[in-house]
Amino acid sequence: MTTQTSAGPAIRVRDLHKHYGPKRAVDGIDLTVERGEIFAVLGPNGAGKTTTIEILEGFRVRDGGDVSVLGVDPHRADAHWRSRIGVVLQSVDDQAELTVGEVVRHFARYYPDPRDPDEVIDAVGLRDKERTRSRQLSGGQRRRLDVALGMIGRPELLFLDEPTTGFDPEARHAFWELILDLRDQGTTILLTTHYLDEAERLADRCAVIVDGRVVALDAPASLGDRASRHAVVRWTEEGVARQVTTATPTSVVSHLAARWSGEVPDLQVLRPTLEDVYLSLIGERSLATDEDTTQGAPAGHDPALLDAAALDLNAAPGLGAPDLKGSLR
Amino acid sequence: MTTAPAAGLTARATSDAPAVRPVRPLPSLLALSIERTRIELRQYSRERDAVVFIFAYPIIMLAIFATVFGQDGATVGPEPGIPFGQYFLPGMVATGVLLSSFQNVAMSIAIARDEGALKRLRATPLPPAAYFLGKVGSVLISSFAQMGLLLVVARLVFGIDLPTTADRWLTFAWVLLLGTATGAVCGVAFSSVPRSGKSASAVVTPIVLVLQFISGVFFMFSSLPSWMQQVASLFPLKWMAQGMRSVFLPDTALAMEPAGSWEHGMTAAVLGAYLLVGLVLGVRTFRWRRRDDG
Repeated sequence: MTTQTSAGPAIRVRDLHKHYGPKRAVDGIDLTVERGEIFAVLGPNGAGKTTTIEILEGFRVRDGGDVSVLGVDPHRADAHWRSRIGVVLQSVDDQAELTVGEVVRHFARYYPDPRDPDEVIDAVGLRDKERTRSRQLSGGQRRRLDVALGMIGRPELLFLDEPTTGFDPEARHAFWELILDLRDQGTTILLTTHYLDEAERLADRCAVIVDGRVVALDAPASLGDRASRHAVVRWTEEGVARQVTTATPTSVVSHLAARWSGEVPDLQVLRPTLEDVYLSLIGERSLATDEDTTQGAPAGHDPALLDAAALDLNAAPGLGAPDLKGSLR
Repeated sequence: MTTAPAAGLTARATSDAPAVRPVRPLPSLLALSIERTRIELRQYSRERDAVVFIFAYPIIMLAIFATVFGQDGATVGPEPGIPFGQYFLPGMVATGVLLSSFQNVAMSIAIARDEGALKRLRATPLPPAAYFLGKVGSVLISSFAQMGLLLVVARLVFGIDLPTTADRWLTFAWVLLLGTATGAVCGVAFSSVPRSGKSASAVVTPIVLVLQFISGVFFMFSSLPSWMQQVASLFPLKWMAQGMRSVFLPDTALAMEPAGSWEHGMTAAVLGAYLLVGLVLGVRTFRWRRRDDG
């Protein structure tokens, strides 16, 4: 039996180009995905995410640049290479008349060293649906079956294209645990998602792609200088919601604490979420956290109190559910 | 954090040392082709509408023709004549082969492509040859099962005499085998024509219907206008029906053949030509993804 070394990164992309007619879907992307990490690709629809991933999966032919996936050019990949990757595509609706157990066992036979189908069915939480035909599964269950088929071959590298679309929160959390478990076993995972909380929970690093280019690439906590961005401090004063943006939230809180000499009503300290950073990166909305400008609302703010300017972040997405995220970490 | 459902996943010893992973041999083409045949048959048998339309269609049509035209012992041709049911049986056999090979394969691949099933398969190590061999294997098995059922019904329900000599059954076997393979291969090639899975039935069914009308399945071939006979001669169904007539009709029926002969050589040549052209076209034009998928 021969062995093969898996030295080098799982994915290496240099100056990747792909155009459809005049449209440059991918316009010079560089990426390196290390072995054993979860790498998330974020970006608006049409930014070139799926095109990039489908080039890496061997479905599309690039127009320029160098691509190496598990040390192989996916365009020249053979069946052996395909046995080392797992692919979970968007929107597949096939094998409708076969049961979950039949499909998983059938796909296991394609691979030289598959996982145990029963373990995989348990892992994706479809044990009680084993004898159910695919057609009768809910959207989230279908998606979990897709993931089961993606991981059945014991891939070194797993591609997940928007895997949790249509999941309820409980199923999504269970799914996250599954993905983290796969990572802990050494599987490299490349993930695209529209859910920023998902990227934050799962990804070791993430790249934001806009107009076919990588505009930011870092760990979720540091993406787009997130760590150095200002925090928002919120409280209630005389029945009015108040908030300020500041680079020194601790000093703000101590000011407030001194004024109340006790509990500050409804005190919250909020850091910009990944979603705030993401939205500012893709330029759909320039967040006030970047600018530190004073806004009209809320009324009643006393500028003399603090040196940081106040602003209204009520409209900013992501701020509505900070507690959930806090408890997840 | 709640208990992860993934806790049961066992790690391999190799994943502790991810730098070295043993390369195991891929499953063999034969094993995968048999596995594909098995799963295709299982899927097919569960699609009740497809089974009814394709599997039972020739039996239902034979029942209608034998009942309507064969009333009061009516016959075809000069005395003593051939019972109507017997005369139409070869056409029903041929049309059954066309349905379970060409129509079944063309529609099922078009739908599988539309649903993303083919794209999913493309991302696995399954060799394309195993997919096609699985199609052919499942079509051969379902086609033979369909023919068996049709002949049993013809014999037991409609009292149609079946051939008794080995050479006729040999002819039956090669026309059935060649016709099924040709139909399946042409189905693969034709599967790229419908723009979507939904339109597949609308594109494939009329072709099959027209071929049935001009190829002597529903009418006596000799009673068709000669231009229609000539058009039909360009397509395989006419030759399959003619080959099957040579199996199921007595030699007296040769008097009703426009060619005055069963033309076995020509039947083999036309079916063989379609087989080759279909194979080349199918390999060259096959798409794993939808047209709108880049």
